[in-house]
Amino acid sequence: MDAPAGCTVTATGGELNMTSPALLEVRNLTKAFQCRLAVDNAGFTIAPGEFFSLLGPSGCGKTTLLRLIGGFTVADTGNIHIDGEDVTGRPPEKRPVNTVFQSYAIFPHLNVAENIAYGLRSEGIAAGEREKRVTEALHLISLSGYGRRRPHELSGGERQRVALARALVKRPKLLLLDEPLGALDKHLRESMQTELRQIQREVGIAFLFVTHDQEEALAMSDRIAVMQHGRILQVDYPKKLYERPNCLAVASFIGNMNFFAGHIIGREHDDLIVEIGPMGRARVPVSTGEHFPPGSQVVAAIRPEKFMISRDSPPGEPSLDARVLSAIFLGDRTQIKVAISEAAPVITITAPTTAQIPSAAEHIRIWCRTSDLLLLRNEAASPWTRDGWLPRKRTKPPCKQVTLSRE
Amino acid sequence: MRGGPHPVIRARTAQMRGTAAYAILYLLFLYAPVLLLPLFSFNDSVFVAFPLSGLTAKWYSAMAADDDMRIALFNSLKVGVAASIASTLLGLTIAQVLTRGIPGRRLITGFSNLPLFIPDIVLGISLLILMSRLAIPLSLATVILGHLALCLPFAAGVLLSRFEGFDLGLEEASRDLGENAWMTFFRVTLPLVAPGIAASLILTFVVSFDDFLIAFFLCGTDTTLPVYIWGELRFPDKLPNVLALGSTILVVSSILIVSAEWMRRRGAPSQLRGAN
Amino acid sequence: MTPAVLRAAPGYLLLTPAMTVLVLTMAAPLGLLLAYSLWRQDGLFIDTRLTLAEYAALVSDPGFAVVFLRSLAIAAVASIAAILLAYPVAWFIAFRARAKFLWLLLVTIPFWTSYLLRVFAWKVILGYNGLINSGLMALHLVSAPVTFLLYNPVAVVLTLIHGYAPFAVLPIYVALEKIDPALLEAAADLGDSPARRFLRVTLPLSMSGVIAAFVLMFVPATGDYVTPSLVGGANGLMVANLIQAQFGRADNWPLGAAMAITTIAAVSLLSVFAAAGARCAAGRIR
Repeated sequence: MDAPAGCTVTATGGELNMTSPALLEVRNLTKAFQCRLAVDNAGFTIAPGEFFSLLGPSGCGKTTLLRLIGGFTVADTGNIHIDGEDVTGRPPEKRPVNTVFQSYAIFPHLNVAENIAYGLRSEGIAAGEREKRVTEALHLISLSGYGRRRPHELSGGERQRVALARALVKRPKLLLLDEPLGALDKHLRESMQTELRQIQREVGIAFLFVTHDQEEALAMSDRIAVMQHGRILQVDYPKKLYERPNCLAVASFIGNMNFFAGHIIGREHDDLIVEIGPMGRARVPVSTGEHFPPGSQVVAAIRPEKFMISRDSPPGEPSLDARVLSAIFLGDRTQIKVAISEAAPVITITAPTTAQIPSAAEHIRIWCRTSDLLLLRNEAASPWTRDGWLPRKRTKPPCKQVTLSRE
Repeated sequence: MRGGPHPVIRARTAQMRGTAAYAILYLLFLYAPVLLLPLFSFNDSVFVAFPLSGLTAKWYSAMAADDDMRIALFNSLKVGVAASIASTLLGLTIAQVLTRGIPGRRLITGFSNLPLFIPDIVLGISLLILMSRLAIPLSLATVILGHLALCLPFAAGVLLSRFEGFDLGLEEASRDLGENAWMTFFRVTLPLVAPGIAASLILTFVVSFDDFLIAFFLCGTDTTLPVYIWGELRFPDKLPNVLALGSTILVVSSILIVSAEWMRRRGAPSQLRGAN
Repeated sequence: MTPAVLRAAPGYLLLTPAMTVLVLTMAAPLGLLLAYSLWRQDGLFIDTRLTLAEYAALVSDPGFAVVFLRSLAIAAVASIAAILLAYPVAWFIAFRARAKFLWLLLVTIPFWTSYLLRVFAWKVILGYNGLINSGLMALHLVSAPVTFLLYNPVAVVLTLIHGYAPFAVLPIYVALEKIDPALLEAAADLGDSPARRFLRVTLPLSMSGVIAAFVLMFVPATGDYVTPSLVGGANGLMVANLIQAQFGRADNWPLGAAMAITTIAAVSLLSVFAAAGARCAAGRIR
């Protein structure tokens, strides 16, 4: 389902314990294009040598944010510090960062070696040293001997590697990568992900990696910042992001999720008593959610793989009777769609293929543990849908509401 | 907070102002001589000199009353219309065939662009030789023939670019729905390339109308307007008449070219990247 | 006959009218021109025995050599100057201007308005009683009209630059417009200042447009007739005037044909060399 608009939680979580100063520090960065706010008060830090991803759907502002850090676009407010220096006012050629562009931007009139060596001229590096570095770089990207080839003779993957080498050969403090694997096919992309991570560890340079592919981000990153509508929703380690998303938008973006509308009835010791739609009452440990006052509307979220199919559900744990709609074989697991009632949205369950898979139209019983339930604030401004399942999508705020704070 | 605009923006704005100023100067250089003509066509003096002597429209009325000029004008119009229609039709065939992919495509394109790379004088005398050899008397007809060669590259160029932006899938859809090649052309291709055809007609008309040298060699006893003007340039007291005529041509040509360009771009996929 | 050619047969058929016209108006006349250049004028008749006599006459005629070389020089100087003047304008329209269509239109409109009258306008500007002189006199900067403005090669060069301006601007613009902006961003990212970016990326990638502009202007400018006639005077005579004389009063068609063929050959050769040279020079830019 589409992520509902807006997430009022400010980005928290996943702050590193910094013994050394942060390599990149972005504070209060805002950029608006005419009527549209592309980047809204973004702020985060990156540690030296870290693989950091900016993750979000198309149009969420991650590329704009990258371009602000690279110096290709000028921010309206905010500042950027790299290694303690304020680089906010500087053009790209004066920043200690380099970029791997989405289109690679390989110079068509130069061969591979000349492309890689391009940025070394402005540093005044002698020809001999240049050649040495180019050879090293070609070896690093596994394209030794390709020096004299011309760009049009290279495949997409090869060009991508040349773009990487060209940037790395300048030994920047931070490397920016704008969806570099987007144009590659699935297998190539996966092998490049591994290779990229290896290279990053080998050279020890911090990478700021922009992608819309969450699997890619989860697989490669030390930490991830999830963005939507120009705002950073959550900055965290991949595992924490998956297990503890801090708001509805992040929860629905990362992985698959089932959502149920509910409201808080009360609190007993360390448990919140929640009324969750057809599942009835459940005692949810407070650690799985914020502190919600009684009566507040919440959304209970649970991952498909946390549902279990069994007639004997332990007492106290929420359970449901459901009718199987479909069972789709996905190779390593089976995805089962079930329905509770006619009007209600479908629930998705994944089961390992070794389990006994029910067939369509069969009636089954599913249950889950309350500790696997995640309670999230319901951020919809409009009232519930008729059957009370899920909040209606929030409409986009009209343009006029955008204001930029200028001191 | 921060003092003034960002250095990168400041540099870019300065760059923009600098090159914009140069571009405007360049345009002034282009237009100044051209705008002289209307200016002095209203000047009450036979000499084109400062200071201006006073405003008058008498040169325009004198021009309108000139019979020779009127004949030459009509001849030019006849030749222009004929040449534009013929070259546009031929250009259509070239565009239609070449965009479908054909062996020897580059050769054909090169051949049809050849007139652009031959100086007018060479083209003029070669045609003169040909007409003389074939014992064809020189007249407006031979001028039209010469203009065909002149106009064809322009027609082909405009129509090729228009056809290239054309989605072949539309034609395939039409065939799939039962129409044969001719009907497909009339019902699908033609309406979509119509702006290109209009642009080609106007462009080739202007090329033909303005041509002097080819007409000079091939017109025989007939005159076209540029040939007439050339004759008038020898007489200094007829100068303001020529200015009045020139100004009129200037205005009409400008209008025609603007409408041709507008039509050429109408509906065509935008080839202009946004400036940033 | 390959299958591809057979399949294309209907296309070839449709092309026949256009190709016929082109053959009739270009191939045949040029072929005939070549033939005439190999014949001789014998009184009122053409002696059609093949001979190189006309070419020999040209080679041994110093007057022709002067005018011929002057034409090439004038055309070359005008083309190069036009390109240098036009490049910043093309760059501006491609990279900085907002209403590109409008700018391109403004650059093109003068070109479509009677070449004859535009050259004549320059005659009027530069003439003895013309605009510059009357202006200088009115401002009391000179006591008598200046005579060095008109009827010399410089006037021809200036008028040619003005007359062929769109031929210089448009091809350069088209080449510049094709350059991927990401390439310039990459160059900046890799440390190049704006000036270095231009020299190392923009210039080499726009070379094809510069070469096209040169050829598109050099070839017709060499054979221009109107400009030298109106503003060239005796010192600014160009090869087209000589050719026209052979087809007019002098009535020596074979000689005129030989002149024409020599001109085309020289112009084509020079264009090829210039293009190759420019491409080679651009290829050396790292």
